Amino acid sequence: MSGPGTEWDAALAEGRFLLQRPVGGGKAVFPPRAFAPGTGAELEWFETSGLGTVYSATWIQRKPPEPPYNVVLVDLAEGVRMMGRVEDVTPETLQIGMAVKARIIGGEVPMIVFDPVEQADG
Amino acid sequence: MGDIFPRGRVSVAGASTFGVGEMPGHSTIEMAGKAVQLALADAQIGLPEVDGLFIALPDDLFAGLSLAQYLGLHPRFTDNNRAGGASFMSHLVTACMMLDAGYLDCAVIAYGANQRSSGGKLSTPARPDRWDAPYNPMYPLSFYALAAARHMHQYGTTREELASVAVAARLWANTNPEAFAKGPLTIEDVVNSRLMSSPIRARDCCLVTDGAAAMVLTRTDRAKDGPQPLVPVLGAAAATWYNSVTQADDITVTAAAESGPRAMAMAGLTPGEIDTVQLYDAFTINTILFLEDLGFCAKGEGGKFVASGAISPGGSLPVNTNGGGLSCCHPGMYGMFAMVEAVRQMRGEAANQIAGAQTALAHGNGGTLSAQATVIFGNAETV
Repeated sequence: MSGPGTEWDAALAEGRFLLQRPVGGGKAVFPPRAFAPGTGAELEWFETSGLGTVYSATWIQRKPPEPPYNVVLVDLAEGVRMMGRVEDVTPETLQIGMAVKARIIGGEVPMIVFDPVEQADG
Repeated sequence: MGDIFPRGRVSVAGASTFGVGEMPGHSTIEMAGKAVQLALADAQIGLPEVDGLFIALPDDLFAGLSLAQYLGLHPRFTDNNRAGGASFMSHLVTACMMLDAGYLDCAVIAYGANQRSSGGKLSTPARPDRWDAPYNPMYPLSFYALAAARHMHQYGTTREELASVAVAARLWANTNPEAFAKGPLTIEDVVNSRLMSSPIRARDCCLVTDGAAAMVLTRTDRAKDGPQPLVPVLGAAAATWYNSVTQADDITVTAAAESGPRAMAMAGLTPGEIDTVQLYDAFTINTILFLEDLGFCAKGEGGKFVASGAISPGGSLPVNTNGGGLSCCHPGMYGMFAMVEAVRQMRGEAANQIAGAQTALAHGNGGTLSAQATVIFGNAETV
């Protein structure tokens, strides 16, 4: 039987981005645990909506002509935070508070990135 | 149940630094060993009397074992507690409890690093965890950058306010013979320095230097008869909320908000009664976060507080009077140097002595704003 980290990896390889939550309800959990942090409650997996907002962002500089790349913290709608990267943005367009949606990329070692989400005004 | 601490019953009998700045040709254990020798000489205590060893080294996971071997001692207790730059304040907590209980009679806390002479790289095995690593954050710089960016967004903290922390540190360093970085430094210099991981620029970052430091602790009844002015430990508390700051509830609030109030409650003091503060300024945002969390200004007001000149020479709250990690020295895990400067202030022998100072707070930070530990020292008047 695998640990929760390995189970999470396996789901990601199948194209599913999973979080955990206590069986009886309660705060979502990420990164994966064998039990709920702080309470010890039993956890179950569920698939996240992938929707979130950018909580903070930094641009890491590289030697020109290599462009800078961003590292962000994203608050997912389910109430967990994770590190990530937002695709197709610039230092001018990447804003704290902007809406994003998760996408799985990669081949042998898949990973999660985020795309900006157009929000309806109002 | 609240904290129980032997307020004032353990004191600093000896303290030292060695090789601050550049000390080529020394290994980390040689640096630490030399600092221990100097601290024992300062206390006029013989090596065979040491029965407790507390140490963290950047490149040696079994540093306590190495130190016992190097010193040729069979200590009653050895502690390699490894909480980054907060390790040494955590060591002090353990040492104070063990000394007061009578388990130990003479404890040594030590650190040494050749970070500059060994090539300027952080020679530690610390790295991002598997959940953060795929995004290639600079470790630890980008984690502090994420905290700084959020602080600016949430409270309106400005680039210039961050820069004022580095300028204050340099002003203190300029009159400290031991400080490594001296010379003029302006707000413009800092905000125009090379961008690393936004918003953090090169001059927002601590130095890369060599350096070692050590402290000798005994029960106060013995230290009273020692050769140095009495420096009792009035309170000490360590707090850990996570390892990666990615998992903070609010990235602008650190566990210093727990360790500070706990240490001050033990000491029976409020922030207004602390005469000088020595804190781990790995990056300029650290000083702002910790001054807020420790209660010296309100959350979100740290930027305005540091830009007002309050922490600079002549200000209302002298902070990092040696020049701090930003301008005095930063050999990887700075905690010991904050404590030694606090001890020097309490003895009345600091390079930038604060007249009449009777209480000093030393605060350590480890990991990525993760482990926080606060120690409050006093002088003979406070016990």
